[in-house]
Amino acid sequence: MVINRPKSTSAHEIRTEPFLVRWTLITIAILFLTIFVVLPLVVVFTEAFSRGVGAYFSALSDPEALSAIRLTLTVAAISVGLNLVFGVIAAWAIAKFEFRGKVFLITLIDLPFSVSPVISGLVFVLLFGAQGFFGTWLQSHGIQILFAVPGIVLATTFVTFPFVARELIPLMQEQGTQEEEAAISLGASGLRTFLRVTIPNIKWGILYGVLLCNARAMGEFGAVSVVSGHIRGETNTMPLLVEILYNEYQFVASFAIASLLAFLALVTLIVKTVLESHLEEGQPASDD
Amino acid sequence: MPGFGLTMGLTLTWLSIIVLIPLAGLFIKTSELSLFQFWDILTARRTLNALRISFGLAFLAALVNLVMGMIIVWVLVRYRFPGRRIFDAIVDIPFALPTAVAGVALTALFAQKGWLGAPLAAWGIKVAFTPIGIFVAMIFIGFPFVVRTVQPVLIDLEIEVEEAAASLGASRWDIIRRVILPSLTPAILTGFALAFARAVGEYGSVIFIAGNLPNVSEIAPLLIVIRLSEFRYADATAIAVIMLVVSFLVIFTINRIQRWAQTRGVAVQV
Repeated sequence: MVINRPKSTSAHEIRTEPFLVRWTLITIAILFLTIFVVLPLVVVFTEAFSRGVGAYFSALSDPEALSAIRLTLTVAAISVGLNLVFGVIAAWAIAKFEFRGKVFLITLIDLPFSVSPVISGLVFVLLFGAQGFFGTWLQSHGIQILFAVPGIVLATTFVTFPFVARELIPLMQEQGTQEEEAAISLGASGLRTFLRVTIPNIKWGILYGVLLCNARAMGEFGAVSVVSGHIRGETNTMPLLVEILYNEYQFVASFAIASLLAFLALVTLIVKTVLESHLEEGQPASDD
Repeated sequence: MPGFGLTMGLTLTWLSIIVLIPLAGLFIKTSELSLFQFWDILTARRTLNALRISFGLAFLAALVNLVMGMIIVWVLVRYRFPGRRIFDAIVDIPFALPTAVAGVALTALFAQKGWLGAPLAAWGIKVAFTPIGIFVAMIFIGFPFVVRTVQPVLIDLEIEVEEAAASLGASRWDIIRRVILPSLTPAILTGFALAFARAVGEYGSVIFIAGNLPNVSEIAPLLIVIRLSEFRYADATAIAVIMLVVSFLVIFTINRIQRWAQTRGVAVQV
């Protein structure tokens, strides 16, 4: 499950705890965050550049690295695309209409968040593996899903399934149906209303969902690891290559790939902060 | 409003294809096992130990995260200090950082020659490649859940109530214990449950630092992967089903906590 973004911090400034208590707590918090968040990030970049810039870039331009980057981008593009379309459609059905079992449906959409990544991969092995439900049929028709790109896309789509939908549902519920109903009563078609009224209202929410969905899609490890088969130069995504290189004691190369993913995480967080300010501004404006 | 039939139909179809049918497959596969087989797999020494390690350490890590998460939330919301906004922003890094990256980074940091591992080793504490390493990784991936569930509730808490209690002569400790903590309890419990659930199923950030010694530092998700690679699908499936059932119980509990909070008029935003 993902937590809603916090609203802007209240301007209240109360200092009711004694000075000593206050600064002890601040010190504990800063120490904890430094040890558990700052240092791990710094270590990634330090290790990646430990043999110099040349070694770093030659590690990244290795054919295996390039193939992993290409595969990660391809898989993320497909999975994010699929979940974007699904997310908008599901949010329309759930937010714009009243029906029984709505809460239950939302719970089902959120389900992948509470499934262990390894299990998210396992379910597709059980369906499409040699011993799986469709294994024999797929084999006789020469279709390869497991240990190939389709399997990686399926596992990634499963893991990132809720991101866009759960971002849009509360946003569209808050906006209600008045604007759409007005457009339709003025003679606009359903599709035209959707494109001209709904989409502009939810564009920041869509971007926010896509951003988080993409970060997870590019970084997914457990689920993809189970379905990938680790075929070198073919089915290794960037996170999988980090593991393989690490286990081969090629630390510079491993941390070089890891640094790209860490950079992606940092960019994601920065863009997220920018989008949050847009979302906060956008909400009151859409009410009038 | 047009489009209900179409969008609802597409939603249910796509949900079934990607999520529901694959998950149902897991339960169908398990139902092929007899009760005895199922019981034998789960009570095998290695399985029991893996489950004990995953659930036990996840629980301990969630407890630590509850305390540390509360301190971080309190400091971020109630105090002003240099760099507060940056520290607030980086709480999300464990959510955003790919788990494999977190795994290799924590291992490098806590290995015997690492920045933190070396001083700890001098004290005789070995973190990497021991169960303590698993614990550390679970703290890393869990604490943002507590912070981000409690933070909005603490921000929305009305200062006036505290001021009223203070003007009536309540001590600061009384106010925290009797006024603030009860309003935060549902959010704290939700954060605890989310951190626990995430740590139980966590794979990427744990396996690098764990050491992965059977019965000692082997987590349940890793045992699933090992059984799969040995083509022992029944074993993998049985362990997965147990873990999944526990996750569902956690979701159910969170929903109950939220309903309980709503009837008490306290909002928990998850």
